[in-house]
Amino acid sequence: MTVAVLKYNAGNVCSVRFALERLGANFIVTDNAEELSAADKVIIPGVGEASSAMAYLQERQLDVVIKKLCQPVLGICLGMQLMCDFSEENNTKCLGIFNQHVKLFQNPTGKVPQIGWNNIGNLRSPLFHNISDNDFVYFVHSYYAELSENTIAVTNYGCNYSAALWRDNFYAMQFHPEKSGQVGQRILNNFLNL
Amino acid sequence: MLTKRIIPCLDIKDGQTVKGINFEGLRTVGDPVELAYLYAQQGADELVFLDITATHEQRKTLVELVRRIAQKINIPFTVGGGIGNVDDVKALLQNGADKISVNSAAVRNRHLIEDIARQCGSQCVVLAIDTKFEDGNWYVYLNGGRIKTDLLALDWAQQGVAAGAGEILLTSMNNDGTKQGFALDITKAISESVHVPVIASGGAGTMQHFVDVFEKGKADAALAASIFHYREIEIPILKRYLAQNGINVRI
Repeated sequence: MTVAVLKYNAGNVCSVRFALERLGANFIVTDNAEELSAADKVIIPGVGEASSAMAYLQERQLDVVIKKLCQPVLGICLGMQLMCDFSEENNTKCLGIFNQHVKLFQNPTGKVPQIGWNNIGNLRSPLFHNISDNDFVYFVHSYYAELSENTIAVTNYGCNYSAALWRDNFYAMQFHPEKSGQVGQRILNNFLNL
Repeated sequence: MLTKRIIPCLDIKDGQTVKGINFEGLRTVGDPVELAYLYAQQGADELVFLDITATHEQRKTLVELVRRIAQKINIPFTVGGGIGNVDDVKALLQNGADKISVNSAAVRNRHLIEDIARQCGSQCVVLAIDTKFEDGNWYVYLNGGRIKTDLLALDWAQQGVAAGAGEILLTSMNNDGTKQGFALDITKAISESVHVPVIASGGAGTMQHFVDVFEKGKADAALAASIFHYREIEIPILKRYLAQNGINVRI
């Protein structure tokens, strides 16, 4: 099995690589359309800003490539937000795999960005095999996807929002499984085993 | 619910941890990677590595160390010490650091925070502030507490956040090393006046000090070094104590 990690102008490619190494996965880091399409799994990492990330993908026509992928695809953090329809971060039109908007936190009691460990619940996906409701994962984000029919995990930060999304072969997580200790490692492993 | 974070801090010199470390079971006592791994296993929520040599020649050593840490541990970590430009930051992030902290250089170059935030994102910029209470005010100090400035900690925190800092790491020099507790008043004042998380540092001596800094000091995270290194307080026991006292922590 080969995992392709999308190479683009996002921050945490290195952390995802190391997490895959720890899991003993066979992976490549690439922005080549053929290599992406041929891989058994694709991971779209992401730490950064939405409009510049989308511009980067569009310049290389990777937006088109991503939407056509048929194997299991996992978007992480910004990778998840890019898979939505629209982000309030610099009013960015995104990939539209999930038909929903990404909004800025309006949390009157909390800090923005949300930084730290929060629990996930209402888990409904094989991605969360052996993960319990209320297990903790690591989040760093100012923008969030609302709840929708695609929500497969819920977190609360001032409001309930989507910690993870799923539609067809597309999976996405707002948190960082590569930085979420043993829990995150199990979730990544579950993705590799899909 | 978002939990309060416990953050051990490791001082690094020439790629080794320098503060006295009293850990059994470490193969190499001074190896930051092994110590980091141990803390991660014990339930540390994040780690901070502070490079206290931080000369230009030793940058390469630090970058290599960051890579080794990132390969081994699966929780977030921040690297600080002598970071003066965006290229330094990129080298650390590209090798697996999640965040970097800037201190003196951000005071000397008021564009530094803005430049890093624009190119790498606010989420990776921690503004470290060393402050000392004198004549009724909290002044900002530079160069590891050796140079006093006219800046007040509260003003500087607000300016730093406006420039794009995603987090504040606040160290009270009056409290640091005393084991008499964190500086609750300035921590609370800053935490309530900025919209980003505040990490309190300096003064941890008992488990109750952590309860106080979260409840009274309104800190989002608490950092300590020697009490963890010397095993005066063990992280799992500390976290249970916090939970018993109504503080939301990851256990």
